[in-house]
Amino acid sequence: MEKQNVQGENYQVIGDPETSTVYFKGSLRLGGMKEYEPIIKILDEMIQQDPSLITLNLRELEFLNSSGISMLSKFVLNVRKKKTIQIEIKGSGKIPWQGKSLKNLQRLMPGLKLELE
Amino acid sequence: MHKIFGEFQENLSDEQEFLILGFSPSSIPIQQRWRNNGLSADFVADYLTTFFPAIYEDPDPEGKRVEIKGAVSYIANELLENAMKFNDDNSSYPIKFGLHILDIASEITLVLLATNSVSQQSVHKFQSFIQELLESDLDELYIRQLEKSAEDETGGASGLGLLTMKNDYFAKLGWKFETVKQEPEVVTVTTMVQLKV
Repeated sequence: MEKQNVQGENYQVIGDPETSTVYFKGSLRLGGMKEYEPIIKILDEMIQQDPSLITLNLRELEFLNSSGISMLSKFVLNVRKKKTIQIEIKGSGKIPWQGKSLKNLQRLMPGLKLELE
Repeated sequence: MHKIFGEFQENLSDEQEFLILGFSPSSIPIQQRWRNNGLSADFVADYLTTFFPAIYEDPDPEGKRVEIKGAVSYIANELLENAMKFNDDNSSYPIKFGLHILDIASEITLVLLATNSVSQQSVHKFQSFIQELLESDLDELYIRQLEKSAEDETGGASGLGLLTMKNDYFAKLGWKFETVKQEPEVVTVTTMVQLKV
């Protein structure tokens, strides 16, 4: 499978099936779930590949609105349902929202590995 | 109608710094100016940090600046998104956004406000969500709403923005509903977020 790419004015999301990694970059403040659909598709297809580990790399994601947090929560809950996949989130300690809000994803799935560099 | 919920300060002093932005829903459809929310939120956050004295007294001024800017831009963006999303577009009442800096005995509180008109039907729904937010155990409600919004295909009104402000940013929240015009009646809601920095 080839790499998938969704790009907007201020953001880019790349899904790399070879490493089962999804990279998020820039500022994501789309208006509700409908607009997040193309990104949700990348995340869903990653789950369908059924790897043992999916990595979300958020180190360059400066901003995420609450609809985006909702999208990530939905992804975590879908993975939890499947029971065969682990999640690793690579974040940045320098980006304030990540230190504040990403730990909530761990509460949805206690085995989730969160690394804030 | 004049109803207050949560922690709401009426009659904010205008003797200290403040900034107010206004948006007229009748000029361009609100959905088309979604992009403006991010621009306005970043502007307000940048504007604030340029003259904020506490930053320079902090042992890590750059870290403090980044932290305040991050919090203000997140909260301002969520308030603006909500105001645009829930505004009653049948009314031509403007959407207002305000930021006040209150310095009381060297303790600084940032007050962020957004006002929009609301339709009669949505007033009750919103007020019962506010009641739930004020009365529930926050941790539990947060996880419940996350799960609920994940199940909800439309991903509509989960209140997740307000919950993250309270849960992740330790902000105080308050609301004022008031009738601002009769015949036809226009009701507005002002959401107030107070953040100690």
